[in-house]
Amino acid sequence: MKELIVDEATAKKFKRKSILAFVVFFAMIGLAWAGWKWLGNQPLDNGIRGGIPKPLRKVLDINEEVYSGLYSTKRLVKEYPKSAAAKKARVNGDVGLGTDDFDPATWKLQIVKTGGDTLFLTMEDIKKLPKIDVVHNFKCIEGWSQITWWSGVRFSELIKKYGLDKETKMKYVGMNTPDEEYYVGIDMPSILQPQTILAYELNGKPLPMNQGYPLRLIIPVKYGVKHLKRIGTITFANERPPDYWAERGYDYYTGL
Amino acid sequence: MAIKIVYKHKLATRWMHWINFPILTVMIWSGILIYWANDVYEISIGKTVLVKFFPESFYQTFHITHRLSEGMAFHFVFMWLFMINGLLYVMYTIVTGEWRYLLPNRNSLKESFQVILHDLHIRKTAPPQLKYNAAQRIAYTMIVLMGFGSLLTGFAIYKPVQIQWLTNICGGYEWARAEHFILTVGYVLFFVIHIIQVILAGWNNFRAMVAGFEVIKDKNKTQTK
Repeated sequence: MKELIVDEATAKKFKRKSILAFVVFFAMIGLAWAGWKWLGNQPLDNGIRGGIPKPLRKVLDINEEVYSGLYSTKRLVKEYPKSAAAKKARVNGDVGLGTDDFDPATWKLQIVKTGGDTLFLTMEDIKKLPKIDVVHNFKCIEGWSQITWWSGVRFSELIKKYGLDKETKMKYVGMNTPDEEYYVGIDMPSILQPQTILAYELNGKPLPMNQGYPLRLIIPVKYGVKHLKRIGTITFANERPPDYWAERGYDYYTGL
Repeated sequence: MAIKIVYKHKLATRWMHWINFPILTVMIWSGILIYWANDVYEISIGKTVLVKFFPESFYQTFHITHRLSEGMAFHFVFMWLFMINGLLYVMYTIVTGEWRYLLPNRNSLKESFQVILHDLHIRKTAPPQLKYNAAQRIAYTMIVLMGFGSLLTGFAIYKPVQIQWLTNICGGYEWARAEHFILTVGYVLFFVIHIIQVILAGWNNFRAMVAGFEVIKDKNKTQTK
């Protein structure tokens, strides 16, 4: 370390230097505190349903740009043997699963095409497509995870079968429950990932009601919040479709 | 009377040290907001829980509950600052050669025990040192490695599909989360000891972290070489 032997006069200069350093130090503390207060006082991005300060949302949206740029549809989620799957899959949300006006007998999957036409698909139509199994570690945004076994049809397979190529040129897919209480928006590359399925079975049996009977989304490249239960309508858009949890302050992308 | 000025901490070191402090505070705070949503960790022997992370009273006191989305938002914004500041610091120590003062050498382990014994007033003399003593070398190198560990385990939880290899190195998703948590507990322990040591070391030492130099008046009391 560098050392100086100084006389009293020079030592005084150092004393002043030292005081100046502390003035800057405390000014910086004040600045940091003011910045923190400023951030806390920023308007929320969603005043009605809660949300987060707007500057934070801006950064989260930049994060999305970064991660969607690095994202590859080819990167697969690790799969497990069926025997590793939990016998009882955890149930963690029931928004959109009200039974009052839901009749399984008349349920049809509605796919709204870009022209405005709507495809109505029955469970039989969907089951005609190749059935695949996805046994993956389901990750909840709360922080827990569980290996679960789902079966259904690839979303990308459905797209092919019903000639929805024009729709997949768009940026986002929106999904709603039949009662429109729960809704998600998902970027196109994630929904076209080969492990994204419209699932109608859990552990080899039809979905229980609380897991989204008759048909739910399983999208292993996202947190559970995007795995919409009981799909009613599917839409396509270039603008972000509304997303239940994003409106409540969560990241929109939530890509794993 | 001769007065000695000893230049101790470089300007960049001081800035990065103090910038890190509020950032790490925000990271730990927002991390706890996130952790609350799945607060499964505890230290127990058999069925006896010694430490629960965290008791309800802790959450209530610090207003932790039901703030997951807020925690995630802050965590995934401030992580960039934490990362940039940390990487700049590592690069800085490499480029300027400051790492020579920081990295432990082959005597550090033995000497660090002597330092601890000296600090506990069991041993009369402290081993000779340069800028940092052996215990500091080990502690300050550890804390940088821990920061790097937090970055890696953090990304392992954050992007377990896109950076799957990293999650696998950490021992899987659940382990990565536990490691990320344990490292944070480590910071808090470091912080407690650090504060005690700073108080014991006294004013001159603290001034060096703000102004950069120590002013030593009495030659006989000189501690630094």
